[in-house]
Amino acid sequence: MSRIFSIIFSTQFFYSILRISTPIIFASLGALITASAGTINIGLEGMMLFSALVGVIVSAFSNSVLLGLIAAVLTGVLVSALMSYVTLILKSHITLTGIAINMLAAGATVFILYLVCGEKGISSSLSSGVLPRLELPLISEIPILGEILSNHNVLTYLALLMVFLTYLLLRKTRLGLRIRAVGENENAALSVGAKPIKYRFIAMLLSGVLAGLGGAYMSMGYVSWFSRDMIAGRGFIALAAQQLGQGSTLGTFLASLIFGAADSLANNLQTLQMPSEFVQSIPYAVTILGLVIFSIIKRKQQVKKLKEIMKQETARIEK
Amino acid sequence: MNSRRIERRFNIIRTLVAIAASLGIAIVIILLVSKDPWNALYNFLVGPVTSLRRFCNVLELAIPLTFCGLAVSMIFSAGLSNLAAEGSFYTACATTALAAILLDLPPVIHPIVCLLIGTATGILVMGIPAVLKLKWNANELVSSLMLNYICLYIATYLIRTQVLDSSLGITGSVSFQTTASLPNLVAGTRLHLGLVFVIIAIIVCWLTLYRTKLGYSVRMIGHNEHFSRYSGMKVGGTLLVVQLIGGALAGFGGATEMIGMYTRFQYQGLTQYGFDGMLIAIIARYNPALVPIAAVFLSYIRTGADIMNRTSDVPMEIISVIQAGIIMLIVAKKFLNTFEYKQVVNQSKERLEEKEM
Amino acid sequence: MNGTQSKPEARHGDILRMEGITKIYHNGFVANNRVDFSVRYGEIHALAGENGAGKSTLMKILFGEEVPQEGRILYQGEEVRISSPLAAIEMGIGMVHQHFMLVPSLTVAENIVLGMEPQRFGLLDIKKAATMTRQVAEKYGLPIDPYARVEDLSVGLKQRVEMLKVLIRGAQVLILDEPTAVLTPQETVDIFRELQTLRDMGHTIIFITHKLSEIKQICDRITIIRDGQTIAVRDVEGISEQEISKLMVGRDVSLDIQKRKAEAGEVILRLEDASYYDVAGRQLLKDISLVIKGGEILGIAGIEGNGQNELAELICGMRSLKQGRIEINGTSVQGKSIRDIREMGVSTVSQDRMTYGVAVEADITSNIMSNRYYKKAYNKGPFLDGKKMRAESARLVSEYSIKCDGIETPVKMLSGGNMQKVVVAREFSSEPSLIVANQPTRGIDVGAAELVRNRLIRLRDDGAAVLLISADLMEVLSLSDRLVVFYNGAITAYFESLDGLTPEETGEYMLGLKQMELRQIRGDILEQQTH
Repeated sequence: MSRIFSIIFSTQFFYSILRISTPIIFASLGALITASAGTINIGLEGMMLFSALVGVIVSAFSNSVLLGLIAAVLTGVLVSALMSYVTLILKSHITLTGIAINMLAAGATVFILYLVCGEKGISSSLSSGVLPRLELPLISEIPILGEILSNHNVLTYLALLMVFLTYLLLRKTRLGLRIRAVGENENAALSVGAKPIKYRFIAMLLSGVLAGLGGAYMSMGYVSWFSRDMIAGRGFIALAAQQLGQGSTLGTFLASLIFGAADSLANNLQTLQMPSEFVQSIPYAVTILGLVIFSIIKRKQQVKKLKEIMKQETARIEK
Repeated sequence: MNSRRIERRFNIIRTLVAIAASLGIAIVIILLVSKDPWNALYNFLVGPVTSLRRFCNVLELAIPLTFCGLAVSMIFSAGLSNLAAEGSFYTACATTALAAILLDLPPVIHPIVCLLIGTATGILVMGIPAVLKLKWNANELVSSLMLNYICLYIATYLIRTQVLDSSLGITGSVSFQTTASLPNLVAGTRLHLGLVFVIIAIIVCWLTLYRTKLGYSVRMIGHNEHFSRYSGMKVGGTLLVVQLIGGALAGFGGATEMIGMYTRFQYQGLTQYGFDGMLIAIIARYNPALVPIAAVFLSYIRTGADIMNRTSDVPMEIISVIQAGIIMLIVAKKFLNTFEYKQVVNQSKERLEEKEM
Repeated sequence: MNGTQSKPEARHGDILRMEGITKIYHNGFVANNRVDFSVRYGEIHALAGENGAGKSTLMKILFGEEVPQEGRILYQGEEVRISSPLAAIEMGIGMVHQHFMLVPSLTVAENIVLGMEPQRFGLLDIKKAATMTRQVAEKYGLPIDPYARVEDLSVGLKQRVEMLKVLIRGAQVLILDEPTAVLTPQETVDIFRELQTLRDMGHTIIFITHKLSEIKQICDRITIIRDGQTIAVRDVEGISEQEISKLMVGRDVSLDIQKRKAEAGEVILRLEDASYYDVAGRQLLKDISLVIKGGEILGIAGIEGNGQNELAELICGMRSLKQGRIEINGTSVQGKSIRDIREMGVSTVSQDRMTYGVAVEADITSNIMSNRYYKKAYNKGPFLDGKKMRAESARLVSEYSIKCDGIETPVKMLSGGNMQKVVVAREFSSEPSLIVANQPTRGIDVGAAELVRNRLIRLRDDGAAVLLISADLMEVLSLSDRLVVFYNGAITAYFESLDGLTPEETGEYMLGLKQMELRQIRGDILEQQTH
């Protein structure tokens, strides 16, 4: 037991939280943007998987991780464009389409992997690279914080930047306002001539960019290969994180960190004498727990809101 | 012909076109990718009927697919998105394997007990997202998908710790006892009694959904939950029951598959049958009578892809392209909509003209 | 496009002409059949017709939300194609919809400038948005706080935001879709004054409505549409409400409903001091006591949203009562399920037809059977008796004159009035002893409304107790034998007889301007049982 404590309360652990949360942060921000537009992007998992593969392939053949990264992002955009076409133009059901995209990704990535590498499991025959880590100049000197914050992969810092940019987009720009309008009351948007399809499409593409970054991180940020099913459900965990975050960028970010912490905890517990299966299921169990907690919180919030309205009304009457 | 019949006709056309288009795309990919495309295509499309054994493979695979398809059809009819059929099936396989290995029972009793244990497991697993939704209104889609992963780990744990056969290179169980097995229907193949079970299941599901009070309320709730509650139906209870029925079907399917097809538990990962079941449910438009047709179709192309995989250079994962394409096109409301609309408009104009004459 | 348009010169002739408009919907329904519609500069023009007559469709076409198969539109003398709401807005046509097109969590300013947001360095300029809002509000005399969140505003203020949205974009022609449906009488007076101001400023207003009295009050001319065709165009001065109604329906519809005197029997429904609080502790119902006997109609008058829905839901079991008593035929409904209460002889017509009344994707038979499918009469062993169900469904379709393409027609293909007929066919045919009818004729055509009202009276004559909740004052005053008025969750008035009761007096109680003595009310109501 004390070993667990010593593991958790170490800068190592907190460092690993940021590291492990990175793909979830990207994906959950993507989920947040589409959720603001009124869509649930179930296909994040598949987008990330496609991006992870393409990133590795391109970076191996071009010998440039930067090109690989760009290719990964473009892949995310392409897949999200496909999903947009099917859901917005053909008016397909968003949940089922997302599941279809995930199925497609699972199979197609193995298919392509086989064509390129002759193997169905892992891309070890390709020599693709890893995106660099950054040592933050001043921050790395700070005693504890330095070890936690510095020396992360460049994409991790990009993820943090994305949190800020997403906030800015949704709350302070014209595009964000329209996206939120479309998500809350699409008739309102229609009434001023802002086409919901257009903004849902943009939101989906943005989430494709973020999914691309998340996928790229998986196969080029920590490891330098692609293996089948390597996203392992993070796309769904990101959805749960977005729900827990309740529409706020900060909340989504924090929720992602929580899930990252659960994942990291699971990793660390593997070094102890726990059955590996139990440990591996921790992130998923935590996600389910998170969903239940979210539902409970939501109910309490509704009560709180009604109470506030009551207060306002009594105040108005007393005036 | 009234508008409703036009709608129905177009639904069928949509389904067929979706399947044809997706198959078409897959065929194009095969042609582009393979060094010996015609051989690959031949094996893919015709392979399954080139021998009795292969054709029986199609039927064998259709059995668990039908069970999962029925499970998902029942659940989706109620308007739910519980996708734990995958995990239900898998965990039921594991518990059935345990029962088949660890229990000492006489011949007919042993398989029956195995089937019961598998069914109970399925009910239990499917019940988890159901209860979470009932009590806390937690979104059953994400919780069921997460549960599938957890089921994978639980099943692996059970096999690894209770009945592991360490002489195998992979994680698999020791052989089942000979008493725990379903008899074969066709000598020389693996086609087993499960075929009879699944036919019974189809009939039971169809009758339940379209001819019983439970089925009526399931369908009404799927159309409009508020309406159903206001009319007096017990929504929460009905939703729970239908999910448990789905779990029973998936669990029974898993158990049947285990003791009918195999002599040990050897799965290395989730079977994907749960998701296949979703595809089948969509093609069949949740109608149990159409589920076996869709299941046989999927089983056919799966078997064909498997044969192609073994005899040529095209991986069987091409199937996912077909599956995804079918789902996306069938569920698309606007697919072929303009054609349907034109027909409806023309028909209305004709009627108006008749009236005015 | 901004709020700086100068006053248009007083022009004559038609600002708008729609000629030969035909529109057929996806389900085959012919909404407009060679409709002609024209509006003159600077007039308030009423567009009247039953639901499903085609007026909403016509306006959707005008506002670019729908595209007609045939026909042309001339605006300010020139032929135009209005392909989208944006195009309509740019031309100067603005629409204030019946269901608000506002984003609740955004502020008033954000809602008003949506689509034309001012920017600074790539980010939203909220200050400028607020200034723009204030400017347009001042110009038209419609004061509003730009920083208030829309979800916190009253219904009347929300509508004001809608109007400002339209005006800031320079609308010359305003289309108002049933604007007074959700307003209090006072707010209605306000908006009429605002509309007249707008007309005096040179704007043209198209006023879609059912309400005949309002047409007479402020409209200059009226176009009447029936069954997708233009029936008549008249000056409002020269036509009576009776004539308008007749043209709308195609036959004489009496606004006076003939009914016998009530012969009251046993007490069926009894409420004693029922109070209801929502989850947050807000009191939605305050010590309500009611008694209804078989063979009479008790009306509840009141603007929607003053506790009537909660009352109806408590009686039928959708909500559970924690304070007070509700008894049906002497048995308390405490802890009973919705089905139990239905089994006690209660039928409910919900105010929200689409959500609670019908399942639109299902067919007519399934919708009718939803309250009786489990009964022995429709079962054969463990199975449902499809034949009996279909027979009953066909019988009811014919009895209630439901216009449809057969009983397997999905309900979504029916018009609003016919959908409501399905609802009442189901609810009224189960031989109920108590009927709770909540806004039973809202949003349906005059013909269907007439049928529903006549049925209610017939049920009353056959001995059922009827609780009629209606925001339609004329309806509740003509149908009720006794009347209760609701305001803010409490009863403000009780009338044992409606003789001499005027709409104006009732209106005052409806708005809480007058209040009868509570103890007196309670006593009078509960005393009923001893007669």
